[in-house]
Amino acid sequence: MRKLIAGLVMGTALATMPLAAQAETPKNALVMAFAIDDIITLDPAQIFEFSGAEYAGNTYDRLIGFDNDDVSKIHGVIAESWDVSEDGKTFTFKIRDGIKFASGNDLTAEDAAFSLQRVILLDQSPAFILGQFGFTPENVKDKIRAVDDSTLVMEVDKPYAPSFVLYCLTAGVGAVVDKEEVLAHEVDGDLGHEWLKTNYAGSGPFKLNKWTAGESLSLTANDDYWDGAPEMKRVIIRNVKEAAAQQLLLQKGDIDIARNLEADQLAAVKDDANIKLLSKGKGALWYLGLSQKNEYLSNPKVREALKYLVDYKGISETILAGRSQIHQGFLPEGFLGAYNENPYSLDIEKAKSLLAEAGLADGFSVTMDTRNTTSIMAMAQSIQATWAQAGINLEIIPGDGKQTLTKYRARQHDIYIGRWGPDYQDPHTNASTFAWNPDNSDDATAKPLAWRNAWDAGDLTAQTDAATLERDDAKRAAMYVDLQKKVLADGPFVIMFQETEIASMRGNVNNFVLGPSFDNNYYRFVTKD
Amino acid sequence: MSAVTRKNRDGRKRARLISGKAGSLLRIVFSLAITFFGLLLVTFLIGRVLPIDPVLAAVGDRAPQDVYDRVREEMGLNLPLWQQFFIYISNVVQGDFGQSVLTANPVIEDIKRVFPATLELATLATFIGVVLGIPAGVFAAINKGKWPDHVVRVIGLAGYSMPIFWLGLMGLLVFYMKLDWVAGPGRLDAFYIDFIEPTTGLMLIDTLIEGDMDLFWNAVSHIILPASILAYFSLAYIARMTRSFMLEQLSQEYILTARVKGISEHRIIWRHALGNVMVPLVTVIALSYANLLEGSVLTEIIFAWPGLGLYITNSLLNADMNAVLGGTVVVGAVFIGVNMLSDVLYRLLDPRARR
Repeated sequence: MRKLIAGLVMGTALATMPLAAQAETPKNALVMAFAIDDIITLDPAQIFEFSGAEYAGNTYDRLIGFDNDDVSKIHGVIAESWDVSEDGKTFTFKIRDGIKFASGNDLTAEDAAFSLQRVILLDQSPAFILGQFGFTPENVKDKIRAVDDSTLVMEVDKPYAPSFVLYCLTAGVGAVVDKEEVLAHEVDGDLGHEWLKTNYAGSGPFKLNKWTAGESLSLTANDDYWDGAPEMKRVIIRNVKEAAAQQLLLQKGDIDIARNLEADQLAAVKDDANIKLLSKGKGALWYLGLSQKNEYLSNPKVREALKYLVDYKGISETILAGRSQIHQGFLPEGFLGAYNENPYSLDIEKAKSLLAEAGLADGFSVTMDTRNTTSIMAMAQSIQATWAQAGINLEIIPGDGKQTLTKYRARQHDIYIGRWGPDYQDPHTNASTFAWNPDNSDDATAKPLAWRNAWDAGDLTAQTDAATLERDDAKRAAMYVDLQKKVLADGPFVIMFQETEIASMRGNVNNFVLGPSFDNNYYRFVTKD
Repeated sequence: MSAVTRKNRDGRKRARLISGKAGSLLRIVFSLAITFFGLLLVTFLIGRVLPIDPVLAAVGDRAPQDVYDRVREEMGLNLPLWQQFFIYISNVVQGDFGQSVLTANPVIEDIKRVFPATLELATLATFIGVVLGIPAGVFAAINKGKWPDHVVRVIGLAGYSMPIFWLGLMGLLVFYMKLDWVAGPGRLDAFYIDFIEPTTGLMLIDTLIEGDMDLFWNAVSHIILPASILAYFSLAYIARMTRSFMLEQLSQEYILTARVKGISEHRIIWRHALGNVMVPLVTVIALSYANLLEGSVLTEIIFAWPGLGLYITNSLLNADMNAVLGGTVVVGAVFIGVNMLSDVLYRLLDPRARR
């Protein structure tokens, strides 16, 4: 017994001894807390998740890129320059000299051609971004080819708007992989896919050190990077799901950047002199999808009334607290042709009169499938409250993310509160889902958001297709503005907000770059005081 | 009546035929196989009736229909349910638990990574719970109705009813943020993550194997808070059970006899009464240990602790069935293992069971 007591005393002494050495993160390393458990692959031909895209954006180079502050400015990355043929169907890229992969291999036009072919041949989720230009596994080796070591030729099937083709090449599928390295790990003709899922074969400013799924991702600087070696020699990203834990780590100085703080934590760190915030408008939109299979929601007057029944300002300011701006057109601000007017605001009386015109002066009952995260539930509850004022009884059905999504995709919802992120920087990405629905039957092959909400987009489908072929950018932009106005007036979407990403960082961290999408959040310029 | 006896006699005869240790081993293996089969079947069925589309985890929400259809077929989801299960079981029998969709790793590899994290945490928590909980319970029992008893009961009740989520965050706020006694979320400081190659997967042991004391103390300072918080729960439970077992023993006649014989009160309590309490207490401790070994999801989330609980939950929410089933097997094995362990301890502690 005495021994036991002695042990207890010693144990207590040990436990109260300050074990945590107060350590700042090293000057040449960047340490981040970030919810990265959405990463399911590291192969750029397959990556279609937010944090996966960010990884690829920092480790792989693409042929071309755009200016984060003005996306209309497209510049060469691996391609030094490019030409578009008179008929608009042949793109010729001149590949920059002297770029080396992390393996030491030289990067040539052959690698670039192989990388693009590989996307089509593997046919993973993001493959359609290139596939929509007429490439198929059968023809891609002819259509995309290296003429010599520094010339890449790409032939598309129609005279598309050049901006459309180029924007698609700035997406993750445009990443150039090391052909020799990848093929060295090929198994059963998989083009090295199984291997690249957890390994690295690129030429970017950082290379993969180690990925431990659900735990951490660490990168090492590429000291021979052609466009200047990063000052941060290591980047360590730890998967921390809980926002409150991220906040504590940041305030304590154990990490340099916290990526997923929510309203409560942001309010708390705002007054901390050691912490600064960086924000950037992202492409993701928050919207309500109104199923046209529901007898009430299929009434145009009801759809219009609901657009007047959201407290846009209140939700944006209190619930999303700086992490969004009001935006109602289907193209996010910053996109070519984005329509930035927001005609709807909370107007209960107007909504009531519209409902009366629809013969529903006494209101109706309807359900909404809602992800059970704090901010989405709070948004849903605000909407529930404002709808009640117009006599609409909204029942919130909470569920986990994948569960509500499964129901939505099967067209079994009344209303779905969702978030939509563009797949690439061209307006067609959103037009082809909000304003395009070639077949509204249950067994359609294409299932855009318009289809999920059982909305027959009518003429808009043809107009969307036509906009991809308009080679004059100004005319093209005008076509998208027109499409947005029509969807805004009649569509089954109550588009509410455009997301803003906020990175909270220690005061000594400079030049961390947030871009319009996750694959242009860059670490390579970061310096620390 | 006679039919029953005959049946028993036949059974005994058959049992004698499969005689000796080999027979009993065979029986254990057989019953284990049945248990695991049932466990897998039920988990599999639950996984498949969940209204979650497993293809979504693999291709994401925005994949075009043809990719979706192809992957669905690759995952074998077009086959009838019984066939899917049959294929799965025949793979498992060959030691192949399949690949996790979420991590792109074989499930076995994932479990080798996440289970040690949970094992380390649960073992330490149980150790703290036992070391503090049993004396607290005994102390409360001998002071029944007096203030020490009330203190232990209040602490126990609080430990039992406080939400672990809140407790974890408060713990971090006080001991990490304000007092600076312990390190924050994670198993090591983020900067050390790459410095350690998992050998056993147990951070406290791996750092010692590396021989780096800085890393070892870093690991200690990271585990102490989550382990203490989990320990609080098992402590509360163990103390409460110890108290009531002790009260029961102390009212027995042999205690009275011992007192009459003039044995010291100290010896009566710690040797006689506690000795008898240990037997049921082992079951209590074993159960609470097994529960902790399943992984405490909320603790793992708050402390960014990549353990089994988080792994299984995340997989379940994504309908990543290979991972869920693999995790289930581990949890089943843990329960069976801990049960067997407590059987062994029973025999050591209770002379009657040895016969």
